[in-house]
Amino acid sequence: MTVTTPDRATLAPPKDETADLHRSPWRKVRDFIRRQPLGTVGLVIVIIMFLAGALSPWIAPFDPEENDFTAMMQAPGVLHWLGTDQLGRDIFSRLVYGARTAMLVGFSAAIVGGLIGLVLGVASAYFGGWFDLVFQRVLDVLMAFPLIILALAVVAVFGTGVFNVIVAITIPLIPRCARVVRASALAVREIPYVDAARALGFSHARIVLRHMVPNVVAPFLILLSAFVGQAILAEASLSYLGLGVQEPVPAWGLMLQGGAEEYATTAPWIAVFPGLAIVMAVLGISLFGDALRDAIDPKLRDR
Amino acid sequence: MYRYVVTRLLLAIPTLVGAAALVFILMRLIPGDVCVIRMGSGGAHVNEAAVEACRMKLGLHDPLPLQFGRFLWNYFTFDFGTSMWSGNPVVVEIGKRLPVSLQIAVMATLIAILLAIPLGTISALKENTWLDHIVRVLAIAGIATPSFWLGIMSLVLVLDVTYYTTGKAWMPPIDYVSFWSDPLRNLSIVALPAITVGYRYSAVTMRLTRSAMLEVLREDYIRTARAKGLIEKIIINRHALKNALLPVVTLIGIEFAFLIGGLVVTEQVFNLNGIGRLFVQAVQNQDNVLTQALVMLVVAIFVITNLVVDVLYAWLDPRIRYS
Repeated sequence: MTVTTPDRATLAPPKDETADLHRSPWRKVRDFIRRQPLGTVGLVIVIIMFLAGALSPWIAPFDPEENDFTAMMQAPGVLHWLGTDQLGRDIFSRLVYGARTAMLVGFSAAIVGGLIGLVLGVASAYFGGWFDLVFQRVLDVLMAFPLIILALAVVAVFGTGVFNVIVAITIPLIPRCARVVRASALAVREIPYVDAARALGFSHARIVLRHMVPNVVAPFLILLSAFVGQAILAEASLSYLGLGVQEPVPAWGLMLQGGAEEYATTAPWIAVFPGLAIVMAVLGISLFGDALRDAIDPKLRDR
Repeated sequence: MYRYVVTRLLLAIPTLVGAAALVFILMRLIPGDVCVIRMGSGGAHVNEAAVEACRMKLGLHDPLPLQFGRFLWNYFTFDFGTSMWSGNPVVVEIGKRLPVSLQIAVMATLIAILLAIPLGTISALKENTWLDHIVRVLAIAGIATPSFWLGIMSLVLVLDVTYYTTGKAWMPPIDYVSFWSDPLRNLSIVALPAITVGYRYSAVTMRLTRSAMLEVLREDYIRTARAKGLIEKIIINRHALKNALLPVVTLIGIEFAFLIGGLVVTEQVFNLNGIGRLFVQAVQNQDNVLTQALVMLVVAIFVITNLVVDVLYAWLDPRIRYS
């Protein structure tokens, strides 16, 4: 029997577990970039899309609604960077304005739906009992509707247009968020500080909002990034079907309507670029979300 | 096992009733009831007496709980009413269009399984090699790409390739024929939609297969199997894969139900007369009777698939059965 001598690693001073908390925000960003190159690429894509949406009038070289009938279905070139469509509209400008719609719908649906789901999920875990039981059954019912089907049903009731599309996509996101958040909140509820807060006489609202919600923020943020992607895809699908955003509001899904088959041989760029824009936006947000998950909770890696 | 199946079956009922209640309420939020929309379409002068007679006939003046009870009973007896647009019974409308959608759904599932499980497994076994990276990029691209755009692109590609090689652009036919009467024509119709939907489906499955496999490969019993000198093939097939595929089975089931949702858009791209297209038309035409029947159909498919998956899961994994 030989006694193994401890190697250098085990002799080194234990790594300070709280070191992460003391680093400056700038270092955290630098570390994120170094450790998550793909996630950084994703973040950059999202920022570019966001800026394109916010600054569309200054970025777009043409009016997205302007028909230039002398330049219909022009191939990508110097004047029209990504070509023109069958009505002589500049595709690049329409993409830039489309980013505005996509970002507006994607982020507002994800954030509103996510926040409502967050509060409901935490409250359900905190109160437990019959409230939780009933809430669970309600979630079961809502989750039985595929996202796009429920969104279409809501559109059938309230009609089309940007605001209604946001509502239609927000509603199916609520139960999806509440379910995941509830699971995390159940674990938090077992931690003694919740009972301590109760013993101190804090109100239910205060305990839920101030003590429990901040402790489920990590899984919530990961969920939120996935929701933005899903919402952008859902908006594009609804608009493509003609049941989402309506002309003259520019949207990527609308740009794919018609045009694809008829102009496949003569002007394929009409169908190619809007789709690429959707892919880029969703890919960017997914890559960032994946990296965020790895950075926040390494245990969940590759899930 | 028997007990488990019965419990699950009973739990499915409140979900279906709840979904029916939600649909019932949603449809009553639409301004103007069925009779007004039916009589007054096209801006014609609305005959008040006729609308009133129609309301009496359909019992729209009855208290809401009674109406809901009747709604439930009608659905329970497979009476879904008549389409407000075509005037045909909803069952006939759906029956005509279900075969295309079902065939695409089943084929997409097969494509997804055949692609995802081998690729996901290989990707996990060769973790962090170029092979793994390619599979992961394929998977994440599949999640980010809307299947309808993939459909459009594949159509454009087929059109362009046939145009430049034969001089005449060829498009897949759109009038559905069953596989048994004309297999070649049938496949030329459904192949592209099935591949485009199946690719997205396989991307999700691939990611889960990979991560489940990675997790299992780090388990002690895999190390034990290696230590006792089992050949790698048996370790992978008999010990690792069998356990890793448990969550994958669930995902495949859930995704199958959601596939129907994806078909809504894909059928539009390929001009196929399936239930997805019918759904969009129903919403566009404000055919509320048809819309609610289709929503209920999708929910029923979801609940039933979930039930099958749960039972299958219990059968595969004794731990679930006995807990």
